[in-house]
Amino acid sequence: MSLLTSLKVMLGAAPERPKTTTPEAAAMHEAKRLIKGPERAREIKAAHAEYKSNKWRNIRWATLIAVNLVFVLSYRFDVQLVEGALTASRVVGFHMADLNSALQVMLAYKVILLNLVIGTGTVLLMWWLFGGRTFCSWVCPYHLLAEIAEKLHLVLAARRMVVDYPLHRGTRTVLYVVFALLAAVSGYTVFESISPTGIVSRALIYGPGLAMIWVVGLLAYEVVFIRRMWCRYICPIGLTYGLVGAVSPVRVKYNLENCLHEGDCRKVCLVPHVLDCTKKTYAEDVEVAIGADCTRCGLCIDACPTGSLRYDVKGLNKLL
Amino acid sequence: MTNSKTRRQVMRSLTMGGAIIGASLFGFFPVLRKWTQRLRPPGALDERDFLSACIKCGQCVQVCPVKAIELGDLDEGFGVGVPFIPARAQACDFSCDAVQCVLACPTGALNHAIVKKEQVHMGLARLDRPGACLARKGEGHKGPARPAPFKGVHRYAEIDRWKPVKLAEYPYDLAICDLCVRECPIQGAITLEPMSSDPADKRRTPVVHEACVGCGMCEMICPTEAASIVVDIRRKWGDA
Repeated sequence: MSLLTSLKVMLGAAPERPKTTTPEAAAMHEAKRLIKGPERAREIKAAHAEYKSNKWRNIRWATLIAVNLVFVLSYRFDVQLVEGALTASRVVGFHMADLNSALQVMLAYKVILLNLVIGTGTVLLMWWLFGGRTFCSWVCPYHLLAEIAEKLHLVLAARRMVVDYPLHRGTRTVLYVVFALLAAVSGYTVFESISPTGIVSRALIYGPGLAMIWVVGLLAYEVVFIRRMWCRYICPIGLTYGLVGAVSPVRVKYNLENCLHEGDCRKVCLVPHVLDCTKKTYAEDVEVAIGADCTRCGLCIDACPTGSLRYDVKGLNKLL
Repeated sequence: MTNSKTRRQVMRSLTMGGAIIGASLFGFFPVLRKWTQRLRPPGALDERDFLSACIKCGQCVQVCPVKAIELGDLDEGFGVGVPFIPARAQACDFSCDAVQCVLACPTGALNHAIVKKEQVHMGLARLDRPGACLARKGEGHKGPARPAPFKGVHRYAEIDRWKPVKLAEYPYDLAICDLCVRECPIQGAITLEPMSSDPADKRRTPVVHEACVGCGMCEMICPTEAASIVVDIRRKWGDA
């Protein structure tokens, strides 16, 4: 997938079936076309029979909780390992600033201090290495709450008590521009006052306040009406990191060879449009790197019974 | 069918996007109407710049040795997560010397040009209830300035420079109450002046001078309920 396509899809365009396919991939697609109906169903059933894994989810949840706990405990016990909150902090004295919060401040205040440049630069490099939206699924505390809300939504949806009303993914792009303009024009960091990431992070560290009502309200809305509304269609933080990590070395990689195209990966994915290549005949090559909007959460890797999706570090495979 | 479905989705997205922007704009009300005016930490920029420059991380909260700084809540609009000092409950006593909160601020919302406490301008102290002031009545004060369950602390240089002492556990015995002058961290910010030329007249009145930085120490230490002396937030010398 080209970088441009990957960015376009992240900004809201519907993913398209690639126009060209490499000969190797075409041969595989053709071979799979020959396996039909009952035989294919048998294959899928067999693959799933003994397969169940929550490995990456567990590792990720442990990481997310650990990172947030370091903030909380460091302040509680005054060890000064990590000071601040997720919006900006000092890690062993070294400045770190959340890219979106820093951007809002720069747009609103229009004066940029060296500290903020250092903090932004550090975080930029770090999240470029890990892959931009890694922040979302591996660090953001709201993401974890929203995952729990999503589970609840799916349970209720299975009992037909709630229905998902998806929004257009371009909503986030429009809101991103609106919030950037609002900050620049009004001179206030408008988005920060409703950002659940900042609110939950501060609530954990400094104690919860009325602002948590907003967060609980959002979660409730996600349970009843729109599955993962905030992370999928609204949050500008996700888009900022998505842009930063668009060409990052760490990504999820798809391998066409053993894929059964049953689509379990797309069902668990926060951003299923990035997994469009896993649809039957959609892969343009034998190996496809997953696009910029991917949060590297690993749910698809856990879900895949054939090991067709894996974490991958660009260039490292050649070295090993 | 597909068309009407797409149309509905677009309508839904526009409505939801509008609702989110609308919700974020609610922050204007408390700010522009000044619903919740707050005493900001030392070195804070003008209120407007302060709200935009603050990245809402609370590093200033974490470094304060007397835990004077708290973060704003939802009712403060764009002030969510922005630091303030509730002076009556816990004032800044500048016992950290080098204005730690200013050094901690990553964005310069607390102005890094400030290097010593005398340069700070948070507000100005004002004798709010002269009739209640003990010194003006010629009265002394015995016992803690703020008895339990008051939780505020102060670092007394003469006891232990590094260990905050609870005001509720520190008794005074004063012939004339001079707490606001005695515990003021700024030299020459506030003095006690006689109220008449009669030497037998014990009555004294606190007078605030231009050196006052508005830290709120006098407001916290004042033993009358409510405080006789208060800090006018962001008032400058010469303002009405």
